[in-house]
Amino acid sequence: MPQIPYILSVVTFLPLVGAGLILLARLFNKAGADGAARWIALLTTLVTLAVSAVLVATFDPSSAAYQFVERYVWFAGAEYHMGVDGISILFVLLTAFLMPICILASWTTIKDRVVDYMIAFLVLETLVIGVFTSLDLFLFYIFFEGTLVPMFIIIGVWGGANRIYASYKFFLYTLLGSVLMLLAMLWMAAETGTTSIPALKEYAFSAEAQPLLWLAFFASFAVKMPMWPVHTWLPDAHVQAPTAGSVILAGILLKLGGYGFLLFNLPMFPQASQTFAPLVFALSAIAIVYTSLVAFRQTDMKKLIAYSSVAHMGFVTMGIFAGNDQGVQGAVFQMLSHGLISGALFLCVGVVYDRMHTREIALYGGLTARMPWFAAIFMLFTMANVGLPGTSGFIGEILTMVGIYEVSTWTALFAASGVIFSAVYALTLYRNVMFGEITNPAMKAITDVDKRELLIFAPLIIGTLWLGFQPGLVLDYTAASVEALTTTYRAAIGG
Amino acid sequence: MPDLISALHLSAPEATLAVGGLVLLMLGAFMGDKSARFISALSVGLLVAATAVAVTGPLGMAFNGAYVADPLAVYGKAVIFLSSAVAIVLGDGWMKRSRIAKFEYPILIVLASAGMGMMASSGDLISLYVGIELHSLALYILAAYHRDDLKASEAGLKYFVLGALSSGLLLYGASLIYGFTGSMRFDEIAAYAAANESTGLIFGLVFLICGLAFKVSAAPFHMWTPDVYEGAPTPVVALFATAPKVAAMVLIARTLEGAFAGSHDQWSQVLILISLISFAVGAFGGLVQKDLQRLLAYSSIANIGYALLGIAAGTTLGVQAMLIFMTLYVIDQFGFFAILLSLSRGGKPIRKIADLAGLRKDKPVTAIALTVLSLSVLGMPPLAGFWAKFYVFGAAADAGYWMVGAAGLVASVVAGFYYLRIIKLMWFDPTPEGVGPTDASPVEAKTIAWASAAFSFPLVIVAIGWIDHFAGIAATGFGAG
Repeated sequence: MPQIPYILSVVTFLPLVGAGLILLARLFNKAGADGAARWIALLTTLVTLAVSAVLVATFDPSSAAYQFVERYVWFAGAEYHMGVDGISILFVLLTAFLMPICILASWTTIKDRVVDYMIAFLVLETLVIGVFTSLDLFLFYIFFEGTLVPMFIIIGVWGGANRIYASYKFFLYTLLGSVLMLLAMLWMAAETGTTSIPALKEYAFSAEAQPLLWLAFFASFAVKMPMWPVHTWLPDAHVQAPTAGSVILAGILLKLGGYGFLLFNLPMFPQASQTFAPLVFALSAIAIVYTSLVAFRQTDMKKLIAYSSVAHMGFVTMGIFAGNDQGVQGAVFQMLSHGLISGALFLCVGVVYDRMHTREIALYGGLTARMPWFAAIFMLFTMANVGLPGTSGFIGEILTMVGIYEVSTWTALFAASGVIFSAVYALTLYRNVMFGEITNPAMKAITDVDKRELLIFAPLIIGTLWLGFQPGLVLDYTAASVEALTTTYRAAIGG
Repeated sequence: MPDLISALHLSAPEATLAVGGLVLLMLGAFMGDKSARFISALSVGLLVAATAVAVTGPLGMAFNGAYVADPLAVYGKAVIFLSSAVAIVLGDGWMKRSRIAKFEYPILIVLASAGMGMMASSGDLISLYVGIELHSLALYILAAYHRDDLKASEAGLKYFVLGALSSGLLLYGASLIYGFTGSMRFDEIAAYAAANESTGLIFGLVFLICGLAFKVSAAPFHMWTPDVYEGAPTPVVALFATAPKVAAMVLIARTLEGAFAGSHDQWSQVLILISLISFAVGAFGGLVQKDLQRLLAYSSIANIGYALLGIAAGTTLGVQAMLIFMTLYVIDQFGFFAILLSLSRGGKPIRKIADLAGLRKDKPVTAIALTVLSLSVLGMPPLAGFWAKFYVFGAAADAGYWMVGAAGLVASVVAGFYYLRIIKLMWFDPTPEGVGPTDASPVEAKTIAWASAAFSFPLVIVAIGWIDHFAGIAATGFGAG
């Protein structure tokens, strides 16, 4: 199939068009606006998914070059420059895949200001896809920063009781990280005279400049990721965000950090990456072990999963800065797989929260008897989160660990222990919520998942298992780009 | 004689304003206060005409180097005169509602604009001082314009006393410079400074910078700003926040880069120090404010710090960045003040930040406009305020001022808190109990607010290319005089 021109712009801005349509519907029909907003949002995200499927189908995975490139001069100093490689295209697909699920998950649970909610999600989708498709420094920055605003609003308006605090913390924390990145970008543009990311990858930055630039980008992406010790905004944001907000946050927004490392830190500043790799390994190892232990002590289900996300992102950072094929492949795979699994876990929490309006683990127990279907689904994703072979979680963890083992055995040791810890907290959560006697009388009336919820979970189940049994689906796409990345990286550090 | 004619031709924008202002004064005196609206309309026309004269007029030097018409001056005047015109439009409706409609208001702004034009065009120390005094005297009166209002009188007095002090500093600096170089003209001072090393000259320069820093309300010379912003009538504050600051920034750029280009090492340190203090004062001082206009005062202190950073870079890129910054900043500021003017409850203007709660229900479009403007000043891409910071920090990074840039960006995150609070109050918080609906907004304020927000996003995405172009011409063309 031939590649369709402008398809990247279409897939990026399609959700924005949907947001515009919702606004129009609101202007012309105030009474039916909520229903219209839901349907328009769902259809828009589905069409975006279809377009991105076409994008993936027509992509040539054997080439490491950027494809579907669009490039126009915007004004002096910035270009409208878009393109995808084997890594970013999968993130576009992940975003487009999770968005309809989020819309469906909010179908009945969001009753207040539905129009605003759907617009916020569609704008967020445009911005996130824009991050993955932009190939210009400042275009990247615009999309990257832009994601803060809709997420700030989603947490602040539709969040839980302590939402104001969480939304401020989310916004200011991540803003602080990214302003340093902006400064680094401005310096790079002044130094090299170009803002094109592919061109900057070719440019050899001096050994004096690299560490500072690396740190500036690291500050931004480490907060976004989030890495220990700058992860503290994440549990707050997750706990307060509505279910779909958590799904997007864990499923996609965290991946912006890992994607940033792959786009900037590793290819542009290889020497600095090598210098700072031990630091990253140490932080990752601490993240994996420490946040797993913290997760074990949580009494709030969402907080537990949030901490588990931090631990899983530890594998990603570790894999990326291992700088070899397995490590980077594993990191990309882990990010995609975590997008599905953590999204599904937050949806699982959403299922029981919608029914009981509490996330306290202690108030639950014995749900297996009342919710057999839910028990099976929750079990699958708990196991996937632990990294059971046959699920996508396993592939990501094993690949990153193989990658890191070659570079730093000690880190691999800690990471492997983290896998055990994750089994401890995940299975404890499962036991406390699902097994045993029903102690809380309110739980007696709880109902099993309905058809809409099954429809939401079905694609996630299929995705998790499919990728678990056939990781080649992803790895074939990323292989060429990752190989190009790691080859240049190793050549640059002379190893 | 031909000399005089060409000189008058060069200085036609100011001549238009001065003569036109006097004619309008006569007209007003004969027609009385009922003519306020008519005079306002004519004043706006006069300012637009002066802009057209400035843009189309010839370039060159006049009055033995005292007056310079170069692209920098033209760019500055276009922004200054149009800002003044907007301030007149905002003030006209406000005066009618407050029942203090007087024809002097637009005329004072026209006369101040003539002074600001002089500042943008000054080529020696005398015209620098005359320009500053001409516009300052008009502004002192405007600050106390609502003379029955205690706070306005206080604002006027404070502004006058501190303004006089700053003029004193400025004059002292100017006299030192004259004493050591033997010349008033910027180009001759530059020539002298290039040939000789003089500590006295640096002394004079520092005093001069301090005096000018007063005018742009940069910290630590910002003390008057919050009080004047709080006390003076809102449309007058809208003027204070825009045109005079642009004029003073252009003047600073011209003095430092023109007369003292060789002493960049010295004055850049002073400017960087002022910038750093301004970031800190603006960001942290704003956190505890409860009054919207006081908040905007602190916001302006921080923003002037950013603009000064552009000049401190000491490059053409830096001057261009400063001009772009000031242009976008002026447009954002008018949005804020127009929103303040368009909001009232039960006939009393909304002044407390907390009173913004529930605005979403009452005035959704204005709430969206205020959100866009807040995000813009916060520096959220791709809104106008982002581009402003983008250019300034780009110029700073280009000149090697890394750490200052980092400090400024960190301060912008701190300041982010108070802009987010505005958004939070409007969108996250429920409408408080027992608070009546807001009154209908006056058309002119509403229109300016919405237009300003629409410019901040999305129009800026297209417009930034043009502003970049013209500011580039202005920054490269200057110094030729």
